[in-house]
Amino acid sequence: MATMAQAIRMALHYGETNLGLKDVFGQDVGAPLGGVFTATQGVDCSWNTPLDERGIIGMAMGIAMAGDRCVAEIQFADYIFNTMDQLKLAGNTYWATNGQCSLPMVVMTPVGAGIRGSIYHSHSFDSWASRLAGWKVVMPSTPLDAYGLLLSAIVDPNPVLFLKPKALMRVRGDEMIPGEPENEKELRSMIDAPIGDRTTWKARWPKVKEHFIPIGKARITRSGSQVTVISSGRHLLLCNEVADQLASEGHSIEVIDLRSIYPYDWQTMKASIQKTGKVLFVNEDTEVTNFGEHLCYRAVNELFYQLMARPRVLAGKHLPGIGLHANLEDASVPQKHEIEQNLRELLAEVP
Amino acid sequence: MSNRILSNPASKNGPTKSNKSSSARASTNSKPNLKANSMPNPKSISKPNAKSSSVINSFGGLDKALLLQMHDCMVKSRVLEERLIKIFRAGEAYFWIGGPGEEAWAVPMGLLAKKGQGLAYDFLHLHYRCTPTLVAMGLEMSDAIRLMMNRATDPSTGGRNFSGHYCFPKWNVAPVTSPIEIQYPVACGTAHAQKRAGQGGISIVSGGDAGTAEGDFASCLVWASRKGQELPLLITVQNNLWGISTCYDGQHGESQIADRAKAFGIRSRVINGNDPVESYLALQEEMAYIRKTGKPSFIEAQVSRLYGHSSGTGANFVPGEIDCLKDFEKAMVTAGHLTETSAREIWTKYEEEAVACANAVRTEPAPTAESVWDHIYFNNENADWRKF
Repeated sequence: MATMAQAIRMALHYGETNLGLKDVFGQDVGAPLGGVFTATQGVDCSWNTPLDERGIIGMAMGIAMAGDRCVAEIQFADYIFNTMDQLKLAGNTYWATNGQCSLPMVVMTPVGAGIRGSIYHSHSFDSWASRLAGWKVVMPSTPLDAYGLLLSAIVDPNPVLFLKPKALMRVRGDEMIPGEPENEKELRSMIDAPIGDRTTWKARWPKVKEHFIPIGKARITRSGSQVTVISSGRHLLLCNEVADQLASEGHSIEVIDLRSIYPYDWQTMKASIQKTGKVLFVNEDTEVTNFGEHLCYRAVNELFYQLMARPRVLAGKHLPGIGLHANLEDASVPQKHEIEQNLRELLAEVP
Repeated sequence: MSNRILSNPASKNGPTKSNKSSSARASTNSKPNLKANSMPNPKSISKPNAKSSSVINSFGGLDKALLLQMHDCMVKSRVLEERLIKIFRAGEAYFWIGGPGEEAWAVPMGLLAKKGQGLAYDFLHLHYRCTPTLVAMGLEMSDAIRLMMNRATDPSTGGRNFSGHYCFPKWNVAPVTSPIEIQYPVACGTAHAQKRAGQGGISIVSGGDAGTAEGDFASCLVWASRKGQELPLLITVQNNLWGISTCYDGQHGESQIADRAKAFGIRSRVINGNDPVESYLALQEEMAYIRKTGKPSFIEAQVSRLYGHSSGTGANFVPGEIDCLKDFEKAMVTAGHLTETSAREIWTKYEEEAVACANAVRTEPAPTAESVWDHIYFNNENADWRKF
């Protein structure tokens, strides 16, 4: 099974050979490094840029304006904040020009905590991104989803933010990417750059195939009847674990992987909440004006009389940063035991 | 007479704004450097061939038909901008911003750009003082007025944005934005795509002097000049010595903005942007250089700002500024290319056209409230979460 980093690499390769992808660029994205998480290693159309986030986003906007397809990377979401007005502009250009000028561009950036990344390698961006009207925003939780969502992002005629949960970049899934060799070692030998001199190295790409995951469609990863929990990215995997643990105790938790932050799949969420009457939203962005709050607001507004317990949002603390020490990081972003605690409270709550 | 129609700016073009400091004056008063600071041999670049012109005159070898075309576009643009201001004053628009006073620089740019859509043609990343460039490219007065009056028929924005915020994909004119200088790194992107395509198209970016303080301006210089990855990009700055109400010295330590390009090995020059002939020749030469070498070039054009920053600061005529159109017209009359009568007829023709256009546009529909949801996503894919 591929890791998420390998899955992204294969998606970019598929994009450059089949979908007209012309440029993959960002700081350290090209050879020899191929990205700080190696997600662009071996991609033929990848190249290194100056250490200049505004230059990177501006370049992407221009390439898209010229009609070419590109994937730009901001090395960590922590460093994307000085491009906010560019992101706003990229999102409003099609609207501001009354439908004349579309910007089909992808910006990918690693997000979230979980690797002891300290204050400037732990930021989340999903809630910030959800306020960028005109963008589509996706966040995979598995390598296969990363592959399929990235292919969809590349062909989408709108700007798409592809948020990579950095703690999952080395995590393998349990679903094969179409065309991926079954043997992990074989895949590594084909597409992982060697340690040391890479000047003559070239990837030997497996014959991966088309696999689009539609933007805007969630996935139910665990079916259940008592409580709905909705998340994405690395916390989705924690929710799965907690749901499995509670299932072993006889409880029934439905887990929904958002996959897309915006546009989001309300119909899947709504149907589940109507079924269970109880819902928990989990993400690690900071809690004040959190995207989960918007979903919670909507659940209350539209499903108030079907709710059997007050809906809950479990999110990152409203702190200026995430401290390096494990005690600090763990106290800042939702932990597995907190998900479990919230779900147990919801299970126990009687109207 | 020199190859400039106007007198040497060292004696005539100095700023008259009382609160401009001495170094700003020195910058403006210095004789424009018609030679590039030059990496490749400028001799290798084709220059206008005066001998081949049917009219040998004192206008840099430019022929009479072209001079008359430039004058015509300059008048049309000036009349249009003054009509837009009147529309604002009449309470028929919320805001005006534009480029009266920059015609001598901006009209030649529009005439020289390789106009069309796609990578083989020039991309223009303009700012909100570039009406004269658009007029030279063929902008209809009605379309500028539709933008000014926020009509649904406004082809640039459908009534969504301010005057001067043009967008014409059919001419590769990128959307003009209110955030200043953001167009500079975007221009690197189109230039990158054009370099790859190799079809002769270049990108042209323009902005004001005050905006060069933004990091995006520096980004452009860095990305355009990387060794072996130079971009076919004409970087221009229109230096009117003002940033809204803050004078040049309040914002700059460098004596000439063009010097910043030199630091990146980018061939650069300062020109008198109040002289249409000097502007034309400089733009022609630099565009030819970029098309030939695939490398960037930089022009700082020193221009006037005849009506202040925008309607936000009154949009009143500023006495004492050089009026490039007045001077050009006078020179044309003196040279016998125009008579005072024929010049007056051109002004009258465009004034009547502007009034007629405003009267017609006034009756055109406004955008509907429901249309706020149009064009958020391509092909009107739903973007309203209430309908997810």
